Amino acid sequence: MWEKNPILLLILATVAILVGTIITMVLPFAWVNTEGDRIESVTPYTALQQEGRDVYIREGCNNCHTQTVRPLVAEVLRYGDYSKSGEFVYDRPFLWGSKRTGPDLARLGGKYPDAWHYKHMESPRTMVPKTNMPAYGWLASNELDPQMIKRKMEVLGFPYSNAEIKGLAGKNEMDAIVAYLQKLGSDIPWREATATTIVGELKNPYSGVSHAEMEPWEDLYEKNCAACHGEHMEGIIGPELVGEGFEEGELFEIIFNGIPDGGMPSFSSLGADKVWKLVNFLKYYNKGEDHQ
Amino acid sequence: MKATAYNYDIVRSYINWSILWGLVAVLVGVIVSLQMVEPGLNFPPYLTFGRLRPIHTNAGIYGWGVGVIFATFLYIVQRLCKTPLWSPGLARFQLWFFNSTIIASAVTLLLGYTTSKEYHEMEWPIDVMVVILWVAFGINVIMTIVKRREEHMYISLWYMMAAIVGIAILYLVNAAAVPVSLFKSYSAYAGTNDANVHWWFGHNAVAMALTAPPLAMFYYFLPKSTGVPIYSHRLSIIAFWSLIFMYLWTGAHHLLWTPVPDWIQTLAMAFSVMLIAPSWGSVFNGYLSMNGQWHQMRENYLVKFLIIGITFYGLQTLQGPMQAIRTFSAFIHYTDWIPAHIHMGTMGWVSMISFASIYYLIPRVYGKKLFSVPLANLQFWLILTGQLLWSISLWVAGVLQAGMWTAMNPDGSLTYTFMETMVEMYPYWWIRAIGGLIYLAGIIVFIYNLVMTVRNGESAATNVATAEGRA
Repeated sequence: MWEKNPILLLILATVAILVGTIITMVLPFAWVNTEGDRIESVTPYTALQQEGRDVYIREGCNNCHTQTVRPLVAEVLRYGDYSKSGEFVYDRPFLWGSKRTGPDLARLGGKYPDAWHYKHMESPRTMVPKTNMPAYGWLASNELDPQMIKRKMEVLGFPYSNAEIKGLAGKNEMDAIVAYLQKLGSDIPWREATATTIVGELKNPYSGVSHAEMEPWEDLYEKNCAACHGEHMEGIIGPELVGEGFEEGELFEIIFNGIPDGGMPSFSSLGADKVWKLVNFLKYYNKGEDHQ
Repeated sequence: MKATAYNYDIVRSYINWSILWGLVAVLVGVIVSLQMVEPGLNFPPYLTFGRLRPIHTNAGIYGWGVGVIFATFLYIVQRLCKTPLWSPGLARFQLWFFNSTIIASAVTLLLGYTTSKEYHEMEWPIDVMVVILWVAFGINVIMTIVKRREEHMYISLWYMMAAIVGIAILYLVNAAAVPVSLFKSYSAYAGTNDANVHWWFGHNAVAMALTAPPLAMFYYFLPKSTGVPIYSHRLSIIAFWSLIFMYLWTGAHHLLWTPVPDWIQTLAMAFSVMLIAPSWGSVFNGYLSMNGQWHQMRENYLVKFLIIGITFYGLQTLQGPMQAIRTFSAFIHYTDWIPAHIHMGTMGWVSMISFASIYYLIPRVYGKKLFSVPLANLQFWLILTGQLLWSISLWVAGVLQAGMWTAMNPDGSLTYTFMETMVEMYPYWWIRAIGGLIYLAGIIVFIYNLVMTVRNGESAATNVATAEGRA
């Protein structure tokens, strides 16, 4: 019958299409973004952050970067706590992405100091050798349009003050995108919750290591530390490194857990062995040598 | 029935324009593949990977994919209904509106006006244009079917009508947004809801634009090319209804392990696996239609394109469900495996069927015999080699990348930093770019062959007459 009646076929096809649609697309609205999902500490974007988000969208950053950490061991180790639905209630549109040409950014906020981001956007390869990320230094020459941003905040229904809007004058798109990146994933106190507590005595497994043995470890330093502390530990974004000032255990803790308020990221994902190698390299490699 | 009764002008125009947009899609694809290996090839603000990649995907899906849908459907619907198009004027308007929409999309995307939603990046004014376009097309096709002079509606018409309704629903719901200005809007949905709505759209855009329409073409052009009917009408009925029913449940397989509620993910996973049945229903129907006709794979280049095309569809619909299983998704998702999967569908399945359809149509709508069959065969091998090199290199890359991302030391720490995994990708990305270049060469051979056909081809009057004498 339906093979002879196009109107009937259209109606039946519509019904077939709507069953799965209603169950898996319409019904979820009854659960998602309701009270059950709410996380008290999650706040809307500020005017500057929202504008940064719009720059992120305009430049298509989501084509290479995801923004969801899955509850899988390797993923949580690499990026941080897994993502919760309540963290995204102010995201229009969602920016979860589908491909990690670059790393996931859901927990990027607070990982690096602002200065790291400015330098990295300006010239990605100085901070991350061999990366294929394009340079975005040109964003700094685009000034923000405070009136347009005000309009956006109104459409989104996000709170803002006139002083905040006025303060946008003179700021540029680079300031905005860095502000946005620093907000990512930092609404919930996940770093405190997942921080590793080091128990027991810290014992240096490479105690008394020779200079020659440490030579291959320079590579570890160059890949993980040099971007901020300089190729010769002279300090750039991070301070000059004078290892002698710290005990071995203290150095281990700083590298392993980072200094969250001081802009030093945690390097626990390297594992204890590599961190110990770095401790020894920093503390003893240049000692009594004319290496630099 | 005299050929002059049908409106072939419009079919010719759509063929020409869709090929142009297909060329743009592949060209931009090659450019972005090179940008991935050499970041110095990004020229901000307009010519960066982030802005060009959506132009590649949208030119491919909407310019080439939908352009071929328009070309073939407007031909098939007239033939299957034994009646001229309901409104040639509307079809002409639709053509120019279609080209305007594609150009407007490319320009606005270059300027950075984007919603960021994959395969739906264009901002709201272009959404309005797409809706007008689709309504014009839908009305014309449906009205032609309504006033048909053939009682039964053939399989291809079912798929066409399902696609018309399906795309309308998907596009409208996912386009919902609140405008801030002419070029900026915010999604009507937030966060997890937005993600779920979007991938309901995203996966079913594949179903309704890149599965149902090529199946409509396949079911029409395979019997037309081989001269024997489809193996089983009953199988095609079962495959059709189960396909359009099951597809809509599967969008969340793009969101496994995300904050989308688990039950939606589980349903998506289950229905994805179930989808193997209707997909392979069509594959088998195609293969079994070749009973006693397999020698045509050697003799008839059209059949070669169609059968290898449906074979890619079969592989695609086995690999897809596998990726939709949670455990495998945990390993492979977000790696280069995924674009390899997508490109097997687009470069292999959809484009192979589209090339065959166009090769079939050219002699009939231009009245010229194909300039060179050897060149068509050369194109076939270039396309096949380019696509296999493209996908196989990135499948290998994806497995390597996934393995390195999850590798752990005995003390429970990660073995590799992200950059250590990324630098391993460069060689594979180079091979992929070469695959893309070979594919591009295939497209150029295709265009050359068609241009020569239209310019210098022999009259194909006898050719058409014999073809019409068939099933």
